[in-house]
Amino acid sequence: MAGKATTDGPDIGTGRLAVAELAANFDDVKPPLDANQALIEASRCYFCHDAPCIEACPTGIDIPNFIRKIASGNLMGSALDILEPNIMGGACARVCPTEVLCEDACVRNASERKPVRIGALQRHATDWLFERRIQPFARAPSSGKRVAIVGGGPAGLACAHRLAMLGHGVDVYEARDKLGGLNEYGIAAYKVPDEFAQREVDFILSLGGITPHCCKAFGRDITLTGLRRSHDAVFLGLGLAGVNALRAEGEDMAGVEDAVAYIARLRQAANKASLAVGRKVVVIGGGNTAIDIAVQSKRLGAEDVTIVYRRGSKQMGATAHEQEFAQTNGVKIKHWARPVRLLGWPVNGGGKRHVREIECEYTQLDDKDRLTGTGDRFSLLADTVFKAIGQIFLPDPLRAGGAEPLDLSAGRIAVNDDRAASLPGVFAGGDCIAGGQDLTVRAVQDGKTAAHAIDRYLRS
Amino acid sequence: MADLGTSFAGIKSPNPFWLASAPPTDKEYNVVRAFKAGWGGVVWKTLGLDPPIVNTCSRYGAHHLNDMRMVGFNNIELITDRPLEVNLREIKAVKKAWPGRAIVVSLMVPCEEKSWIDILKRVDETEADGIELNFGCPHGMSERGMGSAVGQVPEYVEMVARWCKTHTRMPVLVKLTPNVTSILGPARAAKKGGADAVALINTINSITSVDLDAMAPTPTVDGKGTHGGYCGPAVKPIALHMVAEIARDGLCAGIPISGIGGIANWRDAAEFMALGAGTVQVCTAAMHHGFRIVDDMIAGLNNWMDGKGYREIGDVVGKAVPNVTDWQYLNMNYKTLASIDQDSCIQCGLCHIACEDTSHQAIAATRRDGKRHYEVIDAECVGCNLCMHVCPVQGCITMVEVDTGKPYRNWTTHPNNPMSKQ
Repeated sequence: MAGKATTDGPDIGTGRLAVAELAANFDDVKPPLDANQALIEASRCYFCHDAPCIEACPTGIDIPNFIRKIASGNLMGSALDILEPNIMGGACARVCPTEVLCEDACVRNASERKPVRIGALQRHATDWLFERRIQPFARAPSSGKRVAIVGGGPAGLACAHRLAMLGHGVDVYEARDKLGGLNEYGIAAYKVPDEFAQREVDFILSLGGITPHCCKAFGRDITLTGLRRSHDAVFLGLGLAGVNALRAEGEDMAGVEDAVAYIARLRQAANKASLAVGRKVVVIGGGNTAIDIAVQSKRLGAEDVTIVYRRGSKQMGATAHEQEFAQTNGVKIKHWARPVRLLGWPVNGGGKRHVREIECEYTQLDDKDRLTGTGDRFSLLADTVFKAIGQIFLPDPLRAGGAEPLDLSAGRIAVNDDRAASLPGVFAGGDCIAGGQDLTVRAVQDGKTAAHAIDRYLRS
Repeated sequence: MADLGTSFAGIKSPNPFWLASAPPTDKEYNVVRAFKAGWGGVVWKTLGLDPPIVNTCSRYGAHHLNDMRMVGFNNIELITDRPLEVNLREIKAVKKAWPGRAIVVSLMVPCEEKSWIDILKRVDETEADGIELNFGCPHGMSERGMGSAVGQVPEYVEMVARWCKTHTRMPVLVKLTPNVTSILGPARAAKKGGADAVALINTINSITSVDLDAMAPTPTVDGKGTHGGYCGPAVKPIALHMVAEIARDGLCAGIPISGIGGIANWRDAAEFMALGAGTVQVCTAAMHHGFRIVDDMIAGLNNWMDGKGYREIGDVVGKAVPNVTDWQYLNMNYKTLASIDQDSCIQCGLCHIACEDTSHQAIAATRRDGKRHYEVIDAECVGCNLCMHVCPVQGCITMVEVDTGKPYRNWTTHPNNPMSKQ
């Protein structure tokens, strides 16, 4: 292990693990099923009538049907059953928390507590199609209409694909230099290895009719007013650009990092050994981002990684499966505690300090079920503290250029069932809308639903 | 412990589990391994006249069901392809080393009395316990006027059986082909010809699958295929029926039956025995899993017999035959209704959709507190059993008898029957 002892300063180092070990740590966390495994697993599906798994899927994939087609060797038909309702069925097969969605609903849970591995089967079918570079969809005759999509994440791409299928021209504007959104910049690397996110983007774009415009920031390079003028409709798939504050004393010191930004750097780093990681890492938060940064820190070579979450296991945003995954990766989860203050090392004799220790207070629920501190405290040594306490929607770019205001609800864009926002011809979906759920599959459903609503709007 | 010892047409074996005449019994090496594993007897793979026949490459076809291998199996292999002398020498050696196990020798020679006289004499010298006349093979040999070509003509069956009874001391079993419209014709002929027992079923004419790339049936031999003999678990119901037909036939009365067809475990064996089989013969299950499967057959049959209070094989054989009847004698006033155990129901809805789409619309699909709920509509249920069979949970759907208060009435006396006897 590189780096200094923690007695005389922060121990942040690169290349803590050998290249081969790093490669293994960031390789496919769930290897794909081979043909025989897929056949055996597919045979476990009962082909339920009115299957509960379908209802549990936000995009309504006909799961028993696609599984039956795997069993019969009709992989093309199977992949179509998945991709027609969910163009990002490949990503969802990898990143969906199936344990709380389709697989939780599987009737095999009732009979033997072992659901059909729907996610793995979905990957099997979609991989088959991607490996053959088949674009199974075709575009309807051109409508002559043009739609602007802001945000190249799952919501935007799903909307773009469906609109292009329906015959409309689509411009996708993305602030970063690649499309894919959280699949490219946010999901843990070992869930989507081998450039899967870009392969999926290529698959979507191969339909035709979708023009990507990367490095175009909303509110800076493009505005809602401008897009409403230049296009026949606008879809906003903006995601969440802000990060919640810790509200702990000293959180502005060096070594306190935004987990989302670090994961984005990690995802883009071709050489994982080039990433600096602390020896002692503390993660504040309880969602999937907290799990992802904790496990990835561990897999980069951090020695002690502790998640501190202010409530209990049941209240964590991360599923039980994800929590267990973190724990089996050697991450410690401390429940019922919140950060109070950070103590630091002086850096180069200047006024700036680098975190050395985080002081936390135990929490509990009072008799009105409100979270309160108990007054008891404990300290954890830390040379890196990751903030993973949720992201927030930043509405300012919506107003850039003096645009008419868009109604918000609970701090995010208000939409109706069609994902139509309060201005005519403006639609929105994904995490930026009220009720957004931090789920790829939900964002895909928003994009698809909005595309059909936009189609009706454009043809009315 | 029940006594599994068997005396079948005078042939004794320590248990009723024999290996059928087939590849597993083609050589001394295999047969000795089988005896070491515990098999009570073997029927040696069919001997013919020299020069030996020649087999093809690519001999077996299989019917797989998803990940279940060999639910059905077929072959286009012929009788033994080894010289007669070699087989006879090995039969003699094995019988000498294993005097307590049954060795029956399967035979197939042209339909001339002299051919049979010659081979019977040579088999006699091996001190084998009996012979089985292969009148069943449906492929290859039948094109040469042997196998099922004989078994399909009752007159031939009777004639050859009589020749054999005339020219050997050994008990004569006649192996029957199922490739007939009624098994009773050849079975009665065998009895009439003096056969000591019948063995059935041999394999069924079949094409197991078509290779859709080669556009040829499987197993494929250099781009072409031919029908083969079908066996394995899938044929068991057909075999059970034919065994029962013989067991309850007045003209076949008393003829011992060696049951064959898809037997893979003690339960299968017990079912054949209940329908009249005195011994059972196994091939596909052994070819699938090896000889050690006999261990469960012996222990399982023993345990089941002990549990039921059956002390010897004779207590079981034919026990279900009196309950095999013709459709016209079934009680039309017998009534059952499906009953779903809601506690074990997993809400898969298969019972509902099966009944709704293909039967009597007698299972309602509703929601109760938001959860799927399936309930039998008694007034619509005809007691057909379909839901019970599609239900993936053992014991969740049962058919419950309802007392109609009406007496036994069958079709022969039913008012809707124009031929009614009342």
